[in-house]
Amino acid sequence: MEWPGLYNYWIVIFLMMAGLYIVMARANLIKKMVGLSIFQASVFVFYLTMGKVAGGTAPIVIPGDQAYSNPLPHVLILTAIVVGVATLALGLALIVRIKEAYGTIEEDEIEKQESNA
Amino acid sequence: MIAAHLPALQIVVPLLSAPLCMLLARRRLAYALSLVVCWTAFAISIMLLGQVLEGGVISYRLGGWAPPWGIEYRVDLVNAYVLLIVAAIGALVITYASPSVAREIGAGRETLFYTAYLLCLAGLLGVTITGDAFNIFVFLEISSLSSYILISIGKDRRALTASFQYLIFGTIGATFFLIGVGLIYQATGSLNIADMANRVGPLGESRTVQAAFAFMAVGLAIKAAVFPLHFWLPNAYAYAPSVVTAFLAATATKVSIYVLIRTYFNLFGPEFSFEVMTLGPVLMVLSIAAMLIGSTIAIFQDDVKRSLAYSSVAQIGYMVLGISFATVLGVTGGMLHLFNHALIKAALFLALGCLFWRTGSVSIEAMRGLGKRMPWTMAAIVAGGLSLIGVPLTVGFISKWYLLLAAIDSGLWWISIFVLISSLLAIIYVWRLVEAAYLSPAPDGAEWGEAPLVMLIPTWTLVLANFYFGVDTRVSVGVAEQAAKFLLGAGS
Repeated sequence: MEWPGLYNYWIVIFLMMAGLYIVMARANLIKKMVGLSIFQASVFVFYLTMGKVAGGTAPIVIPGDQAYSNPLPHVLILTAIVVGVATLALGLALIVRIKEAYGTIEEDEIEKQESNA
Repeated sequence: MIAAHLPALQIVVPLLSAPLCMLLARRRLAYALSLVVCWTAFAISIMLLGQVLEGGVISYRLGGWAPPWGIEYRVDLVNAYVLLIVAAIGALVITYASPSVAREIGAGRETLFYTAYLLCLAGLLGVTITGDAFNIFVFLEISSLSSYILISIGKDRRALTASFQYLIFGTIGATFFLIGVGLIYQATGSLNIADMANRVGPLGESRTVQAAFAFMAVGLAIKAAVFPLHFWLPNAYAYAPSVVTAFLAATATKVSIYVLIRTYFNLFGPEFSFEVMTLGPVLMVLSIAAMLIGSTIAIFQDDVKRSLAYSSVAQIGYMVLGISFATVLGVTGGMLHLFNHALIKAALFLALGCLFWRTGSVSIEAMRGLGKRMPWTMAAIVAGGLSLIGVPLTVGFISKWYLLLAAIDSGLWWISIFVLISSLLAIIYVWRLVEAAYLSPAPDGAEWGEAPLVMLIPTWTLVLANFYFGVDTRVSVGVAEQAAKFLLGAGS
């Protein structure tokens, strides 16, 4: 397959690595959540790409010879997006409580407080 | 009529009761409802195991859609066994929960605790029962999200950061699993595990399938806290409320190990996993490292819960060791330890919960003179400790015995040395507790008196189960052995 054929997958890999890097490299908890969301989003794009058939339309029965995209991965990813939203919400709620308890959302400062205690 | 729908009821009952619990908004009502629901789930899991032993694999079509298109709940010996473990622990722990929750979680949040607990139970049972790979991901996330809540619901602020760390790792693990499912769907066009298994074989040396395997194996290893991906575990277990620690330690990692077993042996088949991907040596080295390092770190912890959490890392090593042999004996040992370790750790963490209820601390310091102050609690801790070490007549001995047999059977007798060393290390960290409890005097002003009976009875039920299944091994070994044969037979 020629170069633009795998274009989407390159995007997926870039987003995935960028997301994982942010999760690992940033000490700020909110930024970590952002990284995690990017990482999850890359997987959503991956599923969407997988279901797409070149030249295919939405799978609705209409007269004439038609190619359809596979709807299943698209439906699956709706579920995964819901899970992602729930995770993000829970993560942010935890950050709020961490901020209340420690007065900071920087990982290194939290660690400092814990080792002193 | 009802009997035919047991697989669906196993999940639906706790799942629907969870929001109901929240609507009740009275802690006594919520507790009563959870109690009824958890024991119902336990009864259902017993009936399911009975049905499977009698009539073989049950395939339940959710909504009447035939597999591989619809979601299939597939109950065979392997997951009927795991369902029984999870539901049994769930029922015993909830019985124990009321006084402990009242003290550790505080008014206003108790109904939320019961809601999250039922959700977590439903998620864990769902992961176990379903025969659909994407469904596993969904249930995995239901159980994970509720367990993040459970861990952070207590009063200890360190639980918040532990829970957050677990959230990050857990989400990465589950997403890796999702990527794996996506890749294998690309290769096979199916999501039903049994159907996928039939289609993976003919693909042979496919890079897509290999990548799927790698993603799923790593993702699940994070969730199961397989060394060296265990970093989230010690803090999460140490700072969570006692009830939560007991429940999660006995069920959550076990269910992940079960999914690992399912993926290795059923989905990809033992030949692919252990010959093409050469998983055996990798798992073996990691599990030995887990046993030695986990046990060693456990010795140096002053917080007893933390010490037992590191011991869990080591014990997960035993289970993985059993899997790594990829023989019937090895997998029997692994499955057995899955069952036995659930009993051991649930008993120990519940006993520690009693200690925390009375003294408000689980440090070694708080245990001084405990042999006299709380004789029943301390006796439970000692009995659990003996089982952890693997003294004969306890369950710990049975599973280690099978692991040793498996090692010798595979011609790897030297592994038994590491198992032995790890057991010796376990003696040291258990001895530290015994020394503090029986050989040092109680400090001035220490609290005397036992925990309430509601807490002691489930704890002792588990302790006695440790001894019962250590002597009468017909059920536990019998089912584990048949399950192992089924797993290794089905893939070839």
